[in-house]
Amino acid sequence: MKYFHIIFVNLKRKKIRTLLTIGSFMVALFLFGVLMTIKTALGSGVDVAGADRLVVRNRISLIMPLPYSYRDVIRQMPNVSEVTFATWFGGYYQDMKNFFPNYAIDPETYRTVYPEYIIPDEQWNAFVQDRQGCIVSPPVAEKYGFKIGDRIPLQGTIFSGIWEFNLCAIYDAAEKEMISPEFWFQYKYLEEQRPFFKGTVGWYVVKVKDPAGAVAVTKAIDERFANSPNETKTETEKSFAAGFANQIGNIRLLILSIGSVVFFTLLLVTGNALATAVRERTGELAVMKTVGFTDASVLGLVMAESLIVAVVGGAIGLGLAKLFTLSGDPTGGMLANFYLPNDSLATGLALALAAGAAAGIIPAVGAMRLKIVDALRRV
Amino acid sequence: MVRLDGASSGALVEIRDLDKKYRRGGEEIDVLRGLNLDVEKGEFVAFMGPSGSGKTTLLNLIGGLDSPSAGTVRIAGDEISALSGRKLAAWRARNIGFIFQMYNLIPVLTAFQNVQLPLLLTGLSKSERKRHVEDALALVGLSDRIHHYPRQLSGGQEQRVAIARAIVADPTILLCDEPTGDLDRASGDEILDIIAKLSRDFGKTVFLVTHDPVAAKRASTILHLDKGSLLERAGEESDGKTGEKPPAA
Repeated sequence: MKYFHIIFVNLKRKKIRTLLTIGSFMVALFLFGVLMTIKTALGSGVDVAGADRLVVRNRISLIMPLPYSYRDVIRQMPNVSEVTFATWFGGYYQDMKNFFPNYAIDPETYRTVYPEYIIPDEQWNAFVQDRQGCIVSPPVAEKYGFKIGDRIPLQGTIFSGIWEFNLCAIYDAAEKEMISPEFWFQYKYLEEQRPFFKGTVGWYVVKVKDPAGAVAVTKAIDERFANSPNETKTETEKSFAAGFANQIGNIRLLILSIGSVVFFTLLLVTGNALATAVRERTGELAVMKTVGFTDASVLGLVMAESLIVAVVGGAIGLGLAKLFTLSGDPTGGMLANFYLPNDSLATGLALALAAGAAAGIIPAVGAMRLKIVDALRRV
Repeated sequence: MVRLDGASSGALVEIRDLDKKYRRGGEEIDVLRGLNLDVEKGEFVAFMGPSGSGKTTLLNLIGGLDSPSAGTVRIAGDEISALSGRKLAAWRARNIGFIFQMYNLIPVLTAFQNVQLPLLLTGLSKSERKRHVEDALALVGLSDRIHHYPRQLSGGQEQRVAIARAIVADPTILLCDEPTGDLDRASGDEILDIIAKLSRDFGKTVFLVTHDPVAAKRASTILHLDKGSLLERAGEESDGKTGEKPPAA
């Protein structure tokens, strides 16, 4: 701590340069925080996907339906405990910009396959008993001010016309990542009212008894419907969710690419600033060594400057990113779980430290290797 | 007592067969050649000579800032040319005080903080460091400038702060490289008074590099460096123990 004053006054001597270098870290770490938030939001379905659930969809495309009759066939297969299904509806509320995922579900089986969702029994029973009943997630209820008992009209896009619903329940979930903007309603209502695609569902979700045997079930389902007019593609819920997230591109690669470019630039900027600072202080460093500071202590002082700049800039950047995410999903529903997890904050701080160390090491080693006699000759 | 024949032993500073060569543009330059020097504790020795004669190089070798090409430098029994970088730094902190021509104060630190620098390497407490710094600054007459930055001080005052920094850890040897070279005569005299006092009253062994014969007269012994060798001449104020010109080392 007795050296802290020396580090502090050195950082203060060129305030603008120090502030700009801190600013570089701040911007980089802010960007990192936002990218990690987006990654978390896009991957939240993947993170909470059940290991004991499989998703069965049409082999051609997710938008192609599957026959309703497959349900009983799949249910009879070994290691299958329950089968539920859902169908994409694609409606919007009042205006096209008010879109949130909405689909028809099977009330008889959905809660069995997805026990993570928390819905009070009286609300669930009201939903089951009301053919026009619907359930929304908290983000949808909050955004549109929906309350239980409200009448909600959705404009159909695949199935045209206004579809009226009664809000019976607002679900909750044990894990925050499970909650995304969603609207569920009864499959029977859709089936009765839609003019086409009757007798079909969008996809099945299969709950297996033993997750260790999930691969065998996957294979058995796809083999069972091979060479039929509606071949299936069965995968674990995790890979289904990952595939869904990757529809907009390889998020991980995108984040890695942007992050790498930003951090490389940061290294150059910070390294240059620190190298200039050390060059300007060559004589002073020589004097410090003359009075007895060791090479290692000079190295430590220069590294400490770099690390302090990195930590301060990084912490401010990550703090701003956290503040930014606290205002919620800026896309209006596309990124429901829009928040910066604590482990990403820790990773960001570690990255800032690593960048600070990498940027500081060359000037610091230069200072360490400084020959007193040569440096004093330059004063 | 100062000797150049390499015969004595047990002196505070013992230099034997010292060579220093530099390479400059592919050419090897002999700066010091087979130099011998013995200096007893408490001596005040001035080195004079033309530019490039090796005065500062010799000072740097005595202070452990540079390493010899050949020969040995032994201070108080320690062969400093054999010490590793870390041990040498620690040894310098304990035994040597440096005073430079350009003061070499750190501009962002106050007089107090500049003087305190060598003490940061010791195990002294904050209050002990404060007391030592205040004593050192009082000794050079700067108690009233303790919280001034170098830019707020005159050249003479800056050099006095540099002297306080050099003596604060109570070193045995003071190495002064043209300490008055950047000062007017009056300020230079004040600095030389302080250096002479440190030698006379506090028993510091002082090595002074100077081009100024008036400054050199303050020393008890004046040694001239020429073409890498040391010669002693009787100074007007030297004690004349070895008044005749000794043989070249």
